[in-house]
Amino acid sequence: MANMGVGILKGLRVTLTHFINTYIEDLRYAGRRYFNQDIFEERQGLKATGAYTVQYPEEKIAVPERFRFVPFLVVNDQDMDNPGMEWCTACGICSKVCPPQCIWIVQENDAKTGRPIPRSEAFYIDIDICMNCGYCAEFCPFDSIKMDHDYELASYDRTRSHIHGKDKLNKPFSYWRSIAPTRATEEAEARGGWEHKDVLKAKSKAAAAEAKKVAATTAPAVSTPATSATVEAVEATPAATPVASPGASTPEERKAKREAALAKKRASQESQN
Amino acid sequence: MTDQLAPDLTQLDLDTTISILKEKFPQAISLDSRSGYSGIVVDKDKLIEVAQVIRDEMGFDYLSSATAVDYLGIEEGDPLEMVYHAYRTSGGSALVFKTKTDREEAKVPSLTSIYPGANFQEREAYDLFGIQFEGHPNLRRILLWEGFDGFPMRKDWKEAYYEAEHKPFDSRWPAGHVYRAEELNAYGSNVRYPADFDLSKLTDTSEEQIYSGMGLGVDVEEMPSNDHIKTDQLVVNMGPHHPSTHGVFRIVLTLDGETVDKLEPVMGYLHRNHEKIGERNTYLHNMPFTDRLDYISSLGNNFGYTLAVEHLLSNGSRYVPPTYRTQVIRVLMAELTRIVNHFWAIGFLLNDLGAFFTPALYAIAEREKILDFFEATTGARMMCNYFRFSGLAYDLPDRIRSVMNMVNDQVRDFNTMQYLTELINERLPRAIDELDRFLSDSEIVKTRSIGTGVLSASDAIAMSAAGPLLRASGVPYDVRRAEPYSIYPELDFDVCVRQNGDVYDRYMIRLDEMRESIRILKQILPRLEKTKGQSVAGNSQHTPRIPLGESYGRVENPKGELGFYVVSAGDDKGTKNPWRYHVRAPSFINLTPFSTMSHGQKVADIVVILGSIDIVLGETDR
Repeated sequence: MANMGVGILKGLRVTLTHFINTYIEDLRYAGRRYFNQDIFEERQGLKATGAYTVQYPEEKIAVPERFRFVPFLVVNDQDMDNPGMEWCTACGICSKVCPPQCIWIVQENDAKTGRPIPRSEAFYIDIDICMNCGYCAEFCPFDSIKMDHDYELASYDRTRSHIHGKDKLNKPFSYWRSIAPTRATEEAEARGGWEHKDVLKAKSKAAAAEAKKVAATTAPAVSTPATSATVEAVEATPAATPVASPGASTPEERKAKREAALAKKRASQESQN
Repeated sequence: MTDQLAPDLTQLDLDTTISILKEKFPQAISLDSRSGYSGIVVDKDKLIEVAQVIRDEMGFDYLSSATAVDYLGIEEGDPLEMVYHAYRTSGGSALVFKTKTDREEAKVPSLTSIYPGANFQEREAYDLFGIQFEGHPNLRRILLWEGFDGFPMRKDWKEAYYEAEHKPFDSRWPAGHVYRAEELNAYGSNVRYPADFDLSKLTDTSEEQIYSGMGLGVDVEEMPSNDHIKTDQLVVNMGPHHPSTHGVFRIVLTLDGETVDKLEPVMGYLHRNHEKIGERNTYLHNMPFTDRLDYISSLGNNFGYTLAVEHLLSNGSRYVPPTYRTQVIRVLMAELTRIVNHFWAIGFLLNDLGAFFTPALYAIAEREKILDFFEATTGARMMCNYFRFSGLAYDLPDRIRSVMNMVNDQVRDFNTMQYLTELINERLPRAIDELDRFLSDSEIVKTRSIGTGVLSASDAIAMSAAGPLLRASGVPYDVRRAEPYSIYPELDFDVCVRQNGDVYDRYMIRLDEMRESIRILKQILPRLEKTKGQSVAGNSQHTPRIPLGESYGRVENPKGELGFYVVSAGDDKGTKNPWRYHVRAPSFINLTPFSTMSHGQKVADIVVILGSIDIVLGETDR
């Protein structure tokens, strides 16, 4: 075996390269290698060589927008129309779609009539059971439950502190915008404004009624009242107004759509008979 | 010379095969005519004869999956049914054969004499369904412990924390007054024992069952020895808490000096009855649970389950097939997952060889770059939960960007396509070459691994080994080519194969496969660019109804063939919860040849052989 040991030496060269690279990086950044946001992207990117340790907790890798950890509930900001308003309507979809069934919702009933109203009396998430799948946020029709980014939840007690009630779950909308700017903008575009879906709906309804009143008093208007109403509603939203949602259409269009659907249904029924 | 006129039965298509079988056994075989089902139902008295013909004459030499289904309340007589999926190693689709048995006196002949790969799977069916397999060499519980009360996968068995048959539970909404499961199900009173069970058995450490199952007496025995020294075999327990077993896994072995005579894997320490949970869940609920099977390659698990459910959905009228971009991204994810897994496997194989953590850390560091992409795309590094029926959760993000939120957060921002391009074209090939340079020629690696743990091709097929284990033994079988799914037919890649079937070849084949994955990924990149803008949205229902039928979705996962056998039965309008959800776990079935590979090896090599099989206990124990 003439070349006995050559393979090991070849392998050790790789180890040596890794070892040396670590120090080359140190020299390159001249003592400013760690705790330095300017070079973090390079250090933790595809060009990184040598040992690329992150000095947790003095420095942490910020998580990407889509990162999901234990959900929270969205409430209105202090500077919004109805500060502290909960977005949740207690529709229960999140608790149904939750795979480990860790979401518990008590729906509120009207004090006088006893009938359920779209608001939750209590909302609990057992974070020991939550598997961070993100279905609740994905299927919520009101954008009111979102996945958080705060992964440092360790505690000494698990019986009481790990069932999160509204006191821990409620977080302002601006927080959601700060941790997931892209998603928050996309969702607002789909809703037609920064506010809650129902608020926007009520607003556009009120605006439409207003416009109708105006139209009735001041002779036939040139533009159709509905379109101007949606424009108004969108303009009424805070800064960085997203474009109007593609779903918003005039009542005429909606009526035509509905009639087409009904005709289709009738035709299919006839063909079955 | 064979007769030129006689047709080669091993080349026939499925329908002809079945009709020939029916001619041969007109009494014993009937077609499975239930809607959405396929294959044949065999009379259990003739099962062995039929299986013999299926293997020897029809050429279905590879038994992929054997499992049971409980049709309580669905079919007349409430039968238990054994379902077997046999394949040809030359490729093609499955011959599914089934046999029914009475639930009170559940007895089915064991197929271990024909397909030795049925060994563990039949033990699992015995353990969870209580079917007695006549002729099985070692019919004991495998995932649960002796003394467990009842057979949990039967539909009339209920767990201690039973709340309702199906999720979603009514207690959660609209009057969801929270309580912790432990309050109703207090520790100490949450285990049931059979009426005649002797509780002192639980603290009995002699474990006669295991040892007698291996043919061992507990007393000292004198063994004949050629140098006139009185000697005895030594029984050694490795694990369950042993650093080399990659989790809570135990190996009982008998040693003659340092040479291993018999070996038996003992598992189930991480068992959670994944399948029972799966049957309580809705179809969509199961997706994040599949992540937790083989947690190194969660996206591959998602892929297999999605295929199984999509096949069921395609029985219905409302099925929308996934778009081309969806398929492209799925393959991208599956191949990146393969690289992730093989980096991990090679790293830890070297740990087992004694190169403590240097190779492992080099490999894991590269894996981290892929996980960064996973995290930005799917929202999690490992528990990705990214696939949806006929679609994906979301499209690739434009930028892999992090957001400052917590104290000391450091942010990054990359263009996704640039990141992927650089990763696939530069970083990963470089890392694989480096690993190759680092290890492949090392004399220590070679001396330890060449000729260790040899598994012959015929044994590998017979024992249903899958994935790198099978291909390193010289069988070019890869589900991506044998029964192609998704867009694999249009991609150009080779099925890797090595001939010696030892630990070194199993190491080399993982390097080969990573290189093939890079080759596939390079073809995926232009497809990603071209399909930009296409929708990837899937079925938007949160509780879809799935048409009736059975389906077996299988993918070539990094660890081997991963199959999901899903049955939708009961409601004519389609079901919200799977009636049966079975996982054909490669990590579990690949342990079947472990004892064959280990016979005659040194005890130190057992660790290496186990490392070369590459198991994950989340999947083994389920």
